[in-house]
Amino acid sequence: MTRKMDNTTRYERLRERYMNGDIDRRGFLGLIGAAGLAYGVQTPFAKYAHAAANEVRFDGWGGVVSEAFRKYAFDPYTAKTGIKVVDGTFGDGDEYLSRVKAGQPGEFNIAHLSGVFDYARYQNLGLNSVLNEANIPNLEFVIPKLNDVFRKVSDGTLSCVPYDYGTTGIAYNRKYISDEEVREKGARILLDEAYKGKIGGWTDWRTRVWYGALQTGQDPNNATDMDAVWDAIRTHRDLLLKYWGSGAELMSLLAEEEIYLTEGWSGRIYALQEQGHDIGYMDPPSSFAWQECIYVMKGSPMEPCEELLNFMLAPATSIAVAEGQNYPPALDPTKVDLGAKIPTLPAFDPTGTLEQLTFADPGYWNGNEAEWSKTFGRVQKGY
Amino acid sequence: MSVEAREKRQPWILLSPALTAITLLLFIPLLFIFVYSFWLRTATGADEIGFYLDNWREALTDAFYRDILLHTFKVAAITTVVCAMMGYPAAYFIARSKGNKPLLLLMLMLPFWISYIIRTMSWINILGVSGALNTFLLWIGVINEPIQMLYNEATVILGLVHFLLPFMVLNVFVSVDGIDETLEDAANSLGATRWQAFVQVTLPLSLPGLAAGGLLCFVLGAGTYITPLVLGGTSDAMFANLVFEAIITQLNWPLGSALSLMLLVVLGALVMIYNRYLGMAQLMKGLG
Repeated sequence: MTRKMDNTTRYERLRERYMNGDIDRRGFLGLIGAAGLAYGVQTPFAKYAHAAANEVRFDGWGGVVSEAFRKYAFDPYTAKTGIKVVDGTFGDGDEYLSRVKAGQPGEFNIAHLSGVFDYARYQNLGLNSVLNEANIPNLEFVIPKLNDVFRKVSDGTLSCVPYDYGTTGIAYNRKYISDEEVREKGARILLDEAYKGKIGGWTDWRTRVWYGALQTGQDPNNATDMDAVWDAIRTHRDLLLKYWGSGAELMSLLAEEEIYLTEGWSGRIYALQEQGHDIGYMDPPSSFAWQECIYVMKGSPMEPCEELLNFMLAPATSIAVAEGQNYPPALDPTKVDLGAKIPTLPAFDPTGTLEQLTFADPGYWNGNEAEWSKTFGRVQKGY
Repeated sequence: MSVEAREKRQPWILLSPALTAITLLLFIPLLFIFVYSFWLRTATGADEIGFYLDNWREALTDAFYRDILLHTFKVAAITTVVCAMMGYPAAYFIARSKGNKPLLLLMLMLPFWISYIIRTMSWINILGVSGALNTFLLWIGVINEPIQMLYNEATVILGLVHFLLPFMVLNVFVSVDGIDETLEDAANSLGATRWQAFVQVTLPLSLPGLAAGGLLCFVLGAGTYITPLVLGGTSDAMFANLVFEAIITQLNWPLGSALSLMLLVVLGALVMIYNRYLGMAQLMKGLG
């Protein structure tokens, strides 16, 4: 009978030769060491190849969003296809991009990314895939404008499907600040000396520059007087209690009344309102609108990924996730009945045209990223 | 093989797992970081491979980095002094306590069972506007409205002291515990007061432990980035925060590599100076 030549058999035979005196101790240990090295080097890379057909890795923002994805998309997808979805999370998009950059091709597959500029960054770094849209029939329910923005960046093709959108507007504690005052002062209320020490701000250079442009009466997608913008950012910094770094920190600072006033993410503020906090939310003219997408990385198993995207775009899944995270889905309300809650969410556009929202121009923002992110890093620290 | 040759090889064989681990996990990654520091970040975020001195020139000549480095050392130095002042009496008390020494040492180690980040964040619940301290002060009528205690340099130092104090106590404890108690008795019998016996006998003999604790506190304090991130305000960033920003936010790995090596070299120089004058043996005892 022929015995199967697996690794255990190989090691047993090697040991037998050593015990019989056919090879010396140095040779035996050398061969064992070489085998270990080969296994150690091969394993980290081989697992992605082995995993390709069996599992797909998804990375997102965690919390209720991941729970909704798991319940409405990943579990039914695994039940139908037998392909497991490995569900990872990240704190912010910059951190995730660093992990992807440090990783191996195929290690990361699908991610819930924020903003068209993120999409452009992944394209610029050569991390993009090209989706076969025929495999994603639910793409027809998506608001056309959201798809078009991505297509412009990637020569008419898509590496992602749009998933949701929202705004970064002004959030304020109604106990101390009235709706009328916010409406009257707009973005400049964040520079009001009266609230010194009770103002917060996101530690994101894009948001800071966007609001700096609004506070100096400029077009956020084409500011011409950057000195005035940086001065506004410095003024804001000097009135600030703290730059916040995550949605959880934003909610904690507002809920604990450490701050009364900040710009904030529409969905997170809606969540605070749902919890019973009297926090107001208002989008000033040209407020910062953004869209999120589900992005597929280069080196991923494309067909399983496309099928998963189709599951995620199914109206039932999209609506459940949107209700969980409080951001309107990318589904066109003229084609899909979005239920009762979604039309009440901030930033929701019932027309499906999104004409009222101002999105970031990716070319403009990414073109200035290196300089402005560095400058903001210094301004933030008092320079 | 002769017995002599085998004896010579034996330490190397025993050390080989540790040396392999240090080579693979420390020296080779450091080499990568060193090589990276000479590359350039392009406008698209991709790295340009080559030999460019731009990152080093920027790190060494830009006043911004120098100022933040000095600020980092100032915060680390204040933290070290506070740790020494608070840690020495505690270590002395533990070393001289009879019977309950193991229990006291266990209590000293207890904080290590809780995540450093959670321990740091706990100060928000204590010092926050609606935190325990403000609530108590309002309740007893000492204040009429909450005091803003968080997000400044003082809270960063407080968080660092909270984190580093056990390292100081352990090092001083090892040193004081090793001093023969009869030396103080001898000093007393020769006419010295208890205070004089402490200042002229115990304190000088325990200085190596104090110095080892000080070095650990300073090096760990100067390399931290979580504490200023969680408890600091707008102008409380430390040098490690700049490394984080360069690598994560700006995706500028080459500059981040140069900055991290710069911090490593400066702190490494401090360790070398310590080693030159006090030796590493005391530090090893404290860590052991």
